Amino acid sequence: MADFWNRFSRNRGAVIGLALLVIVILVAVLAPLLFPQSPWRMVQRPFLAPFSMDQYPLGTDALGRDVISGLAYGAQVSLLVGLVSTVAALLIGIPIGALAGYFGGWMDDALMRFTEFFQTVPSFALAIVLVAIFEPSIQSIIAAIAIVSWPPVARLVRGEVLSLRSREYVEAAILSGQTSLTIILRQVLPNTISPIIVLASLMVATAILLESSLSFLGLGDPNMMSWGYMIGAARTVIRQAWWLSFFPGVAILLTVLALNLIGEGLNDALNPRLARRGK
Amino acid sequence: MTDPVLSIRNLKVALPEGADRDFAVNDVSFDLYPGEILCIVGESGSGKSMSANAAMGLLPDLVRPVGGEIIFEGTDVLKLSEAQMMKLRGKKVAMIFQEPMSALNPLMRVEDQIAEVFEAHNLLTPRDRAKRAIELMTEVGIPDPEKAARAYPFQLSGGQRQRVMIAMALALEPSILIADEPTTALDVTTQAQILELIRNLQEERGMAVMFITHDFGVVAEIADRVAVMQYGKIVEAGTADDVLDNPQHEYTRKLIAAIPKLAAEAGAAAAGKTPILEVEGLNKTYVTGGSLLFSKPRIVHAVNNVNLTLAEGETLGIVGESGSGKSSVGRCLVRLMQPDSGTVRLAGHDMAQLSGAALREARKSIQMIFQDPYASLNPRSKVGRIIAEGPMAHGVSKTEAYGRAVKLLEMVDLDALAIDRYPHEFSGGQRQRIGIARALALEPRVIIADEAVSALDVSIQAQVLDLLADLKERLNLALIFITHDLRVAAQICDRIAVMQNGKVVETGPAHAIFNNPQSGYARTLIEAIPGREKELAAAG
Repeated sequence: MADFWNRFSRNRGAVIGLALLVIVILVAVLAPLLFPQSPWRMVQRPFLAPFSMDQYPLGTDALGRDVISGLAYGAQVSLLVGLVSTVAALLIGIPIGALAGYFGGWMDDALMRFTEFFQTVPSFALAIVLVAIFEPSIQSIIAAIAIVSWPPVARLVRGEVLSLRSREYVEAAILSGQTSLTIILRQVLPNTISPIIVLASLMVATAILLESSLSFLGLGDPNMMSWGYMIGAARTVIRQAWWLSFFPGVAILLTVLALNLIGEGLNDALNPRLARRGK
Repeated sequence: MTDPVLSIRNLKVALPEGADRDFAVNDVSFDLYPGEILCIVGESGSGKSMSANAAMGLLPDLVRPVGGEIIFEGTDVLKLSEAQMMKLRGKKVAMIFQEPMSALNPLMRVEDQIAEVFEAHNLLTPRDRAKRAIELMTEVGIPDPEKAARAYPFQLSGGQRQRVMIAMALALEPSILIADEPTTALDVTTQAQILELIRNLQEERGMAVMFITHDFGVVAEIADRVAVMQYGKIVEAGTADDVLDNPQHEYTRKLIAAIPKLAAEAGAAAAGKTPILEVEGLNKTYVTGGSLLFSKPRIVHAVNNVNLTLAEGETLGIVGESGSGKSSVGRCLVRLMQPDSGTVRLAGHDMAQLSGAALREARKSIQMIFQDPYASLNPRSKVGRIIAEGPMAHGVSKTEAYGRAVKLLEMVDLDALAIDRYPHEFSGGQRQRIGIARALALEPRVIIADEAVSALDVSIQAQVLDLLADLKERLNLALIFITHDLRVAAQICDRIAVMQNGKVVETGPAHAIFNNPQSGYARTLIEAIPGREKELAAAG
């Protein structure tokens, strides 16, 4: 573990990313304490410019709602959607990839054609359709993002399993009478964890972007304040009130950047062979 | 005596921090004289390749020479700049490597790669370069050199690729040739040819050759002088005859004693014992490529009508060169591979017909030991679980399975504490012992060892072979030993089956095969074993 941290921290960007993410997580967790009032509540006159009142440092929006409070609650939504939809996508993608890679033959063909079917449909368009059909809510958004983002997981896992299944220790497990399920769960999948973790960290970032895009289009959960919604609502007044789209935009940028930096650091730390040479 | 062409004095090469020792090469001195072949022998990690790489200025990034000098033509090579080094490399000192496939550019025709050597040193016109390339290829004995020159590396055999590498090394008529395990990746008959080629070229050109190898058989074939390395130091040096016949240092003696002797004993005939495994008419073909319209598929008959019997408590060796189908036979027997036809009768069951639960049950009595001690253990499982998994899959309780694992570890001479450690904490030989313990966990009656000692150093190899022989005796196991190394086969096998192109060309008791081979192919194989003549001479 200490060794892992050593290699991770050698990548300075990754450490910065981790620090940023920790800040975002803290803000999300502490939001109800920092801003006890609902972010939907009107607190001041509309279009209060940032830094003009100490109580509302980032100003207010078109309806007089506190922008900084919206950002804090938006962090909750972003992180929740990012994490849960990624976990859901992994739950779909890993079994499909593992089965296709391990058994090969017709099972591989069938599962991979199914995967390609999802890959050929533009993912954002599919997500819009799914959310529109199921009524926008946090659950339907998470489901839609998971459904459009599992194919890369399946392909990655399939590739890893294909190369692992011809290893001698897998053959030894076959000879020792273990069932295919045991072999997949105990011998094969534990060795695919590193690339999956790296991919997952990047998928969280993509999911946050997808959720923001959906909310921007007005397909967000109507009961939850989110960064995408804030930008979407502010787009008509962008010339009068730049701060309404700017601060949520920066929040999205920093969070996604942090996750990407972490993903790269994890890649260096978990795949030492691919890491840069020397010091 | 003439002056040495290359003289290494007190060379020290430091390893990066955290390596298993401070110096890869520690205070090494030797001279290389013109017109001689100096063999540097040692086991893996002894620093033999590092010494050669230092002379070529080819050390890895984090490894640097910290002391001593390498004198070539009056200058210290270690002090030369990279630009001066480049002039030296290829022109004065050339090198050939172990794996010719990865040393050649796969996307470049062979003649262009040879011509490139001239180009790099700005010599000759393009037309002359091509002509020289053909001449060189003729000289190293590549058949039909004009045609071969147009070939890509993958279209040549392993031996031909190594010949191309030698042609490239000789292109600028260097005064020193450094050969780093050049025959290790080759089959024994090809190895014999390449050794002869190097020997002849060296004599014709009066070159000095620094030959790095782990194989004392090769040393006996080719060396004029020998330096034995251990842990980065030269422990013994002298003429080949002195070192081989009268080794002074304990380590040299140990290494030479560990070489399996060719003389197979006329062991107790297995006749009369009941056969435990009978293989009849086994066939397996591979079909690759080929599309509906455009090309014919390539069909390889990997296993062609093979018949074998194995008696209880007997060791049967399956020997052959790469591509002879020996591994395919082993894999068909345990059904890691589905044979096309034939029967495999194991204690009454036909293994070739079983499936599902019945197959899992039958496999308990036939287990396998694999070649690569690094790839055959799951890096994310603890050793205890690796061994206990098999019995647990057959319904043995966890406590009992782990208890058995401890006993097995002791049986293969490992500490019982190993149970809680991961495979990467063990050396190659220890890992192979873990692999053996795993194979024994299901109490099999037959064990198939597929090149089980090929990846190990010779002294470790001897220990593992002894262990296998001992276990076989104690547990009354029958063993099928698949190997390309005839010395190993001679030491451990009661009977031997020689395979070529998927067919068994000869079977018989080991001593009969070695002393009086009947088929032409078996004779060629046995005559190609390096060091055989010397051993025969010594035996009188």
